[in-house]
Amino acid sequence: MEELVNLFHGFAVALQPYNIMLMVIGIVLGVIIGVLPGLGGANGVAILLPLTFSMSPTSAIIMLSCIYWGALFGGAITSILFNIPGEPWSVATTFDGYPMAQQGKAGEALTAAFTSSFVGALFAVVMITLVAPLVASFALQFGPAEKFAVYFLAFCSFVGLSKEPPFKTIAAMMIGFALAAVGLDSITGQLRLTFGVTHLLNGFDFLIAVIGLFGIGEILLTMEEGLAFRGGKAKINLRVVLQTWKELPKYWMTSLRSCFIGCWMGITPAGATPASFMSYGIAKRMAKNGKNFGKGEIEGVVAPETAAHAAGTAALLPMLSLGVPGSPTAAVLLGGLLIWGLQPGPMLFVEQKEFVWGLIASMYLGNIVGLLVVLTCVPIFAAILRVPFSIIAPLILVLCAIGAYSVHSSTFDVMLMLVFGVIGYLLKKCNYPLAPLVLAIVLGDKAEEAFRQSLLGSQGSFGIFLSNPLVSTIMILGLIALFWSVIQEGYTRLRATVAGPGSRAA
Amino acid sequence: MTTGSSSNTGPTHKLVEAGVTLLIALFGVIVIAGSLKAGINWGPEGPRAGFFPFYIGLFIIASSGINLWNGLREDNDGLFAEWGQLRQVLSVVIPTGIYVGSMPFIGLYVASTIFIAWFMRWLGKYNWITVLAVALGMPLVTYLIFERWFMVPLPKGPVEEWLDL
Repeated sequence: MEELVNLFHGFAVALQPYNIMLMVIGIVLGVIIGVLPGLGGANGVAILLPLTFSMSPTSAIIMLSCIYWGALFGGAITSILFNIPGEPWSVATTFDGYPMAQQGKAGEALTAAFTSSFVGALFAVVMITLVAPLVASFALQFGPAEKFAVYFLAFCSFVGLSKEPPFKTIAAMMIGFALAAVGLDSITGQLRLTFGVTHLLNGFDFLIAVIGLFGIGEILLTMEEGLAFRGGKAKINLRVVLQTWKELPKYWMTSLRSCFIGCWMGITPAGATPASFMSYGIAKRMAKNGKNFGKGEIEGVVAPETAAHAAGTAALLPMLSLGVPGSPTAAVLLGGLLIWGLQPGPMLFVEQKEFVWGLIASMYLGNIVGLLVVLTCVPIFAAILRVPFSIIAPLILVLCAIGAYSVHSSTFDVMLMLVFGVIGYLLKKCNYPLAPLVLAIVLGDKAEEAFRQSLLGSQGSFGIFLSNPLVSTIMILGLIALFWSVIQEGYTRLRATVAGPGSRAA
Repeated sequence: MTTGSSSNTGPTHKLVEAGVTLLIALFGVIVIAGSLKAGINWGPEGPRAGFFPFYIGLFIIASSGINLWNGLREDNDGLFAEWGQLRQVLSVVIPTGIYVGSMPFIGLYVASTIFIAWFMRWLGKYNWITVLAVALGMPLVTYLIFERWFMVPLPKGPVEEWLDL
């Protein structure tokens, strides 16, 4: 029951008036970030990270994680009202949310979306509370080989689970590793890959990459499409909320299933987006009125929103307990920890109890605050979306520039940001996933260190990665994840041939 | 926003994708060259600095090769983007390039004001009052939030020096 005591201490920290204020600010900023095109969760947190340099780490992480929750909530608003997914994980929400809004049921759809988000997040936070300390204490025994195996597993699941072509995922990931390797080598203290450019001595900062790839890249994509906003009015009042709440318990099964899908997908670093699609697809197949999905079925809003929020929250579990972030935004938060001088990973639970439990407590409170804020302020946030893009775009570009500059007070970084932006635009258009690239920049140094230390211990033999049951299990799990799509395809083909032609389910 | 010319021509997706893939492969070559310079074999402290990036570079080149092969084999005659769309994109990239390039000399505030004003006037066709309100308002708010409340210094130029901020 030590955890419970710790959690109560955490609540005491999170409930300080100053932290509550930061929570509200964070949620509001987060929703705005989630609503605006070009400002996603990862990128928004990256831009605002420098604002927190003067705060205590606990207050800072409370605010930043609340921005994250806010962004998760915000994505639903644009999907339902404007059929524009503010975030990739809200794409599945548009399928039924937008038709509902067109039928004049925007209030119901929004209430359902926010409530399911809340339920999903709460489920994931409870899971984190119970599981994270166990994982952390287990991970304390990890040596370099096990650490590398965990990174290996994380990156393999990217290749196996992402919907982009596997070799494009690998290419994107390796670019990230290469960028991470630039600069001072942490083990030998030698310079590498700088080619005499002094600006590169410290390597590429992933925050700059995040702001460029996600922020500028997204703006360029939007410019190309020449967006015009045309959307319904959002009216949401207490009566609609209560009525929808009365209806929602009917879908508890969908909700629970989506929670599990979300948590599972969130921990493996495939993230919220596939979780929302998977959950929508399964709900469509299982629901009684599944054929009505896509025409404005409330269950079709509940399923993806629950899963996306559960996954987004669960992504923090591996970040806290293993130091392996489950999503780009979690990666940015992890970068924040490093900047504040905290070492993410299992030792955090031993050395920084106040920080960890303050954060976990703030997850509970932040999501309650978030639910209240979004339910009451939807019309205001929807109004932001009506501001034309030609005003929003330069403001976002300026914000990105400020964010990039303030990381190291360097104007070179701002130019680098633009370069990353153009690269992000090209990669995105050519169907390369950006998340593994960013995660590889964040984890590159650590993965390399673990890899080289393991080899050092084994005198260069790769056998070290299969030397004991623990490390072999993780490595084999990684290989399974790597070849997951191949395995799955083989399995369906096998089943199809066994069952005979014509009996394959659609 | 105006959607540029409506001509349905532009670079094909295949061509651009092949170009991007080759650029990635070139990046892989650079990584390998840099790794070789840093040393890829074993030194007294174990694997030397270039050891890990060398294999990363190999992976980049190998996966680019497969991507290039897959991309060329694919039956995709679609356009990457229309010229008009690309012009839209460039109409943001080039001014942003000038904006970030001028920042070290004239500071963030002046550069931002000019940039926002240009963007709104040129691409948004707003009247001057709206343009000036946003272009002057945003840097002011930025100043208050970043420099005053959160004490994050931003780059300044001669104008700020003259104003003694």
